[in-house]
Amino acid sequence: MIPVLLLKGKGLYKTVKFKNPKYIGDPINSVRIFNEKEVDELVFLDIGASSKSMNPDYCLLGDIASEAFMPMAYGGGLKTIEQIRKIFSIGFEKVILNTVNYSDYELIKSSVSEFGSQSIVGCLDVKRSVFNRYDLFSTNGSIKQNLTIMEHLTRMVDSGVGEILINSIDKDGTMSGYDLKLIKKVTDAVKVPVIACGGASCVNDFKLAVSDANASAVAAGSMFVFMGPHRAVLINYPERKELIKELP
Amino acid sequence: MKNNIVIVNYGIGNLSSVANMLRKVGSNVIISSKPEDIILADKILLPGVGHFDHGMKMLRKSGLEESLNISVIENKKPILGICLGAQILGKGSEEGNSSGLGWIDMVCRRIPDHPQLRVPHMGWNQINIKKKSVLFSNLDVDSRFYFVHKYYMKCQNIENSMAETSHGIEFTSVVGKENILGTQFHPEKSLKHGLKLLNAFKDI
Repeated sequence: MIPVLLLKGKGLYKTVKFKNPKYIGDPINSVRIFNEKEVDELVFLDIGASSKSMNPDYCLLGDIASEAFMPMAYGGGLKTIEQIRKIFSIGFEKVILNTVNYSDYELIKSSVSEFGSQSIVGCLDVKRSVFNRYDLFSTNGSIKQNLTIMEHLTRMVDSGVGEILINSIDKDGTMSGYDLKLIKKVTDAVKVPVIACGGASCVNDFKLAVSDANASAVAAGSMFVFMGPHRAVLINYPERKELIKELP
Repeated sequence: MKNNIVIVNYGIGNLSSVANMLRKVGSNVIISSKPEDIILADKILLPGVGHFDHGMKMLRKSGLEESLNISVIENKKPILGICLGAQILGKGSEEGNSSGLGWIDMVCRRIPDHPQLRVPHMGWNQINIKKKSVLFSNLDVDSRFYFVHKYYMKCQNIENSMAETSHGIEFTSVVGKENILGTQFHPEKSLKHGLKLLNAFKDI
């Protein structure tokens, strides 16, 4: 079970359908709170890096890594092997590649050969079209790509990604449950572990993603940073006992 | 003062999170590549990630092997190796040709391929405690730790295998011989469980 935290500048934000970023707080403070919980992994995605074509904020990521007492993954704006090297040297365990994969599957290959497939995660941002088709989007949901999910998945897996993070743009921030059909489509197509993301509101949603859609892991944003019907900002995480009961 | 812990900086891996975790349990942490700091240390933490031979090459290049020997073997200062830092406490590894520090009678072997399990072993796992150690004094029954490794420690003397973990095979996840200790997992990435283990190390 993986909290996904969105970085924009120096702050943490949470979006709804990839829009309207709401300020949540300071990333370092949040990491310190998560240190006390039983999180399996923390994911940081920089939602500004890709569209602005910026380098990751290594300084901030270094501060985050030195405070975090859990494994961590980073995604956002990564285009070169040098950037990826730097992320690992800062102390992250995994990198997440998304936009770059549409133009350059070679980066997956070269990073897999240098760091091993277990450390390289391929991410797909998916939106349902008016024709009820699933479309792929890059650059923080702003550019529609013309590949099908299947074509893209096959190429990413053939290039060696060790995990797939499937993110539903329609579900992002809505806390209305995962898009189980989408997740199932992906888990049916690939053998590598699939992490479901987008829409989780409770432990039961996790359960469905695992039991009905065969997800290997579940990720969520809003659920871990908002509390109650008015979405008050409060970092929270279920007790491990409760999780083990629900997700054996 | 028994809380001066020196983290050996020999150019391998990221030392900031382990330093922060040691500070959080109340240690006075010095990250150093100076022989005199290692000789004066109350305790030593030997980190490490990556290839066995590269680690040993960097350690030898740093010129710290002699001071480590004085501190650990002559002065019997407690030392905790983490990940590659634990593996190099032994004699060598299938991963390369370099000799290790040779303090513990063990060699490292590659985790065998397995139809269902992935190698490297990357993720959370439990440890089965085999020998009593102060390191384990505060641990909860449901403790789990974060592992990232392709090679595992194989002790020649079973007495040195303090805890084991299962990943297709049973392997030694904590080694210990008197004042020399090592964990295959990363306590600094293992939340409160790692914190408790490092706290116990601080209190030795």
